[in-house]
Amino acid sequence: MSLKSPLGKVLGSGSAMEGAQHWWGQRLTALALVPLTLWFAFSLLGLQGLGNHGIIYAWIAEPWTGILLILLLISLLYHSQLGLQVVVEDYVRGWISVATLIALKFIHIVLAVAGIYSVVRISVGVYL
Amino acid sequence: MAEFRLPANSRVRKGVTHKVSPDAEKTRRFKVYRYDPDSGETPRLDIYEVDTSRCGPMVLDALIKIKNEIDPTLTFRRSCREGICGSCAMNIAGGNTLACTQAIDDIKGDVAIYPLPHMPVVKDLVPDLTNFYAQYASIKPWLQSRTPAPPDSERLQSKEDQELINLPAACILCACCSTSCPSYWWNSDRYLGPAALMAAYRWLVDTRDEATGERLDELEDPFRIYRCHTIMNCTSACPKDLNPARAIAETKKILAERRL
Repeated sequence: MSLKSPLGKVLGSGSAMEGAQHWWGQRLTALALVPLTLWFAFSLLGLQGLGNHGIIYAWIAEPWTGILLILLLISLLYHSQLGLQVVVEDYVRGWISVATLIALKFIHIVLAVAGIYSVVRISVGVYL
Repeated sequence: MAEFRLPANSRVRKGVTHKVSPDAEKTRRFKVYRYDPDSGETPRLDIYEVDTSRCGPMVLDALIKIKNEIDPTLTFRRSCREGICGSCAMNIAGGNTLACTQAIDDIKGDVAIYPLPHMPVVKDLVPDLTNFYAQYASIKPWLQSRTPAPPDSERLQSKEDQELINLPAACILCACCSTSCPSYWWNSDRYLGPAALMAAYRWLVDTRDEATGERLDELEDPFRIYRCHTIMNCTSACPKDLNPARAIAETKKILAERRL
């Protein structure tokens, strides 16, 4: 039992003075994802021979495809990290919350590096 | 962790039915949440049949009739009975509103009445609003200014200045909005909730106030304001037709703009 005052409980450790950056990041990546996802979807639909490795590799190896794919990966994974962070903060408490938030950050960084590395590897012609 | 199911001692069981006398002209059934912490029993749902032809038009009128004529143990808060004190806020027919401004005829079928959702219950329809009031106090709801007041007059505002605070200042702190917000249900220990945030906005846009920066610093926190996910239950619940969701969105815009 604690006799701490209700106001004392509400004030807690004070404001974290943080959140506007997160809010901006979420909205800017959302904005960037609109053209990038549309481009990605229509490009795939326009490709003749989706099941053919060679055609896909050749498409990814094109300069603009590589640039846009890397931008898509960064925006998508950054947006996903920000969004999932909010879900965990909403619903999970205590040390599980901290562990999940750390795991989420690591997973997103690993996915981003792996994705960008793959695009670069194909772009510089390792597979051609 | 978030609670998706009520704790065992909060699950509501069937209660007593109080029948109306046979000469009633127009009978309506009120299903009312009852909880007495001293009894050691879990909450129950009592049914009261009320002859609404001999009763005022609002849900509060029926509750007062029930307390006066049927069951004096029924406990609820009420004071002004005209929608300005905010005491009789409760969950009626699935929505938070004031019992004194909710017409019985606007509700179809049985009238279900519960206390405000996800708050500790003191007794029957009386919720514990200690945390809600502390959150309101935490935003420093008073004028903070470094410029001394003119010695022989009020601090002046233009008509346009006053219009900025007209609506957010009309809040009666009934807690209908905050207790309708799922984000407030999960995180009310750290999220301030729509009522306190709209009160904070009322002082942010007050042209006489000079603590805008400090107020924004206090608000900018992942939990205090950013737990608002624009669900907008607050705005649809508000019995005074105010718009807390808009006040929070405007505050987020001010927070974003001051970084640019």
